[in-house]
Amino acid sequence: MSDRPERISAEEVDAVARLAMLALTEDQVERFAHQLADVLDHAADIEALDLDGVEPMARPVRVVNVLRPDEPGPALDRDEVLGQAPAAEDGQFRVPPVLGGAP
Amino acid sequence: MSSRSALPSTPVAPATVLAAAVRSGERTALDVLEEHLARISDHEVDVHAFNLVLEDRARESAAAVDARVAAGGDPGPLAGVPVALKDNLCTRGVATTCSSRILEGWEPPYDATVVQRLAAAGAVVVGKTNLDEFAMGSSTEHSATGPTRNPHDLDRVPGGSSGGSAAAVAAGFAPVALGSDTGGSIRQPAALCGVVGVKPTYGLVSRLGLVAFASSLDQVGPFAATVADAALVCEVVGGHDPGDSTSLPQDFPRVLAHLDDGVEGMRIGLVTEMLGEGIAVDVAARVRAAAEALTAAGAEVEEVSIPAVTYGLSAYYLVAPAEASSNLARYDGVRYGRRVDAPTAGEMMVATRTAGFGDEVKRRIVLGTYALSAGYYDAFYGKALRVRTLIREEFDAAYERLDALISPASPTTAFAFGDKTADPVQMYLNDVCTIPSNLAGHPALSVPFGVGDDGLPVGVQVMAPALGEVAAFRVAAVLESVAPSAGAPS
Repeated sequence: MSDRPERISAEEVDAVARLAMLALTEDQVERFAHQLADVLDHAADIEALDLDGVEPMARPVRVVNVLRPDEPGPALDRDEVLGQAPAAEDGQFRVPPVLGGAP
Repeated sequence: MSSRSALPSTPVAPATVLAAAVRSGERTALDVLEEHLARISDHEVDVHAFNLVLEDRARESAAAVDARVAAGGDPGPLAGVPVALKDNLCTRGVATTCSSRILEGWEPPYDATVVQRLAAAGAVVVGKTNLDEFAMGSSTEHSATGPTRNPHDLDRVPGGSSGGSAAAVAAGFAPVALGSDTGGSIRQPAALCGVVGVKPTYGLVSRLGLVAFASSLDQVGPFAATVADAALVCEVVGGHDPGDSTSLPQDFPRVLAHLDDGVEGMRIGLVTEMLGEGIAVDVAARVRAAAEALTAAGAEVEEVSIPAVTYGLSAYYLVAPAEASSNLARYDGVRYGRRVDAPTAGEMMVATRTAGFGDEVKRRIVLGTYALSAGYYDAFYGKALRVRTLIREEFDAAYERLDALISPASPTTAFAFGDKTADPVQMYLNDVCTIPSNLAGHPALSVPFGVGDDGLPVGVQVMAPALGEVAAFRVAAVLESVAPSAGAPS
């Protein structure tokens, strides 16, 4: 670790983790900040490349709209699927209240 | 090397031989299975290749294969062959954990397409193998169920992320196994465990039922003790699947029919950028020895420079975490796996994800979310996607003159536990030779070719253009035929 500012701060790591719905410990935030700064330092090689005019490649296969015939076929069994959920009720997934505390 | 603690070597019959014996009635599937279960029972405690061994289900499957043979039927090209499945492949009614606490207790409601195809070919699933959590890692140390040990040296890692599948084949627990390869997760552990590992062309093997890590890079492929077994499994599991929108509308190339073609007249490139800095001298020497062997077999081998591959690592560690951060958003405690209760849905999701994911997965989710965030998207993710194009274009230019390329599959032989866990960049550098093929979507495999100075296996990577599996397998078959030692533990 050098004296120069890290490429990603502890505050940024914490904020990004919250966006990803993760609560990191203080120790994790510090450690991840250093480790991710190392990764981003490594990525400086491509940051420096002039790639104007090079098309981005999101996937190796040209994606076309794939449609199947509109015919009913077997689907997953609803009870089997809901049976794997942490909580289910009346044929639906059950979650805690979305707004506010428990009623 | 005298101090190494390796599993005792036991000759294990290849899948092709076992299937022929079962189909002809010479051996029963049950007998073949019991032989492998006995080996698991003797050595799994030392190796920890499996998250789950399925003795009872396997016995039922084997008995069903035997019943078909007894009735005059043909169970298929993998009749009675024990197979191990990486534990990120969905198996209906059988726990699929991805070696993550967040999927504890989950039993998928369907089988992956590749699992269905193995069963339809007569294979017998013996268990689900250990991996780095959600396939993120190069040593199988990032597993919630603990690390897998390398059968060649129990004090060293098997590589990863498909370390359990590689170790299972190396230990003779199953003649073949399936893994997944996003940046080298089949080829690198295959190299470190001294077995064959194949990452097919993107789109040739269905991803339906493979738990997604980075969807534009993930590809399922086999581990095997022999090149022929790997080819056989590719042909069984590969080919179009209407259930995967990125599946190519064609069969897997007929690789089995070309295994004896040799390399006479083939033009093969030795990739300069994958032989210098960062590559162990003894590993590079094995790759040069492979080049000489191919020359002796009639190929024209030349060094070729592909400068863009040096940017592969940086591009990969932006693209793969970006895709992972999106793919792993689904683990929110609502539909499957574990839930940590909390008063509101939002707090429940945070608590569930925080308790359920390990450090490496969290690190990559944070990195990926950061790379995709406003202000950084163009500098990182956008740049990385353009580097993918650059790499593919340079590969394609090389393949205008050359039929295949060779390099190390891994920069070193198997390393010790704990060597690289504290420094993610050091761990990521394990994949420096394998990543470019994933970014390009090209096929690549690792085939054992002797040992390094420490007596541990070295894998030579053979790369080919998209759909060039026949060329890659021809080269691999020749290297296998002249390799100094077999893949079994010494």
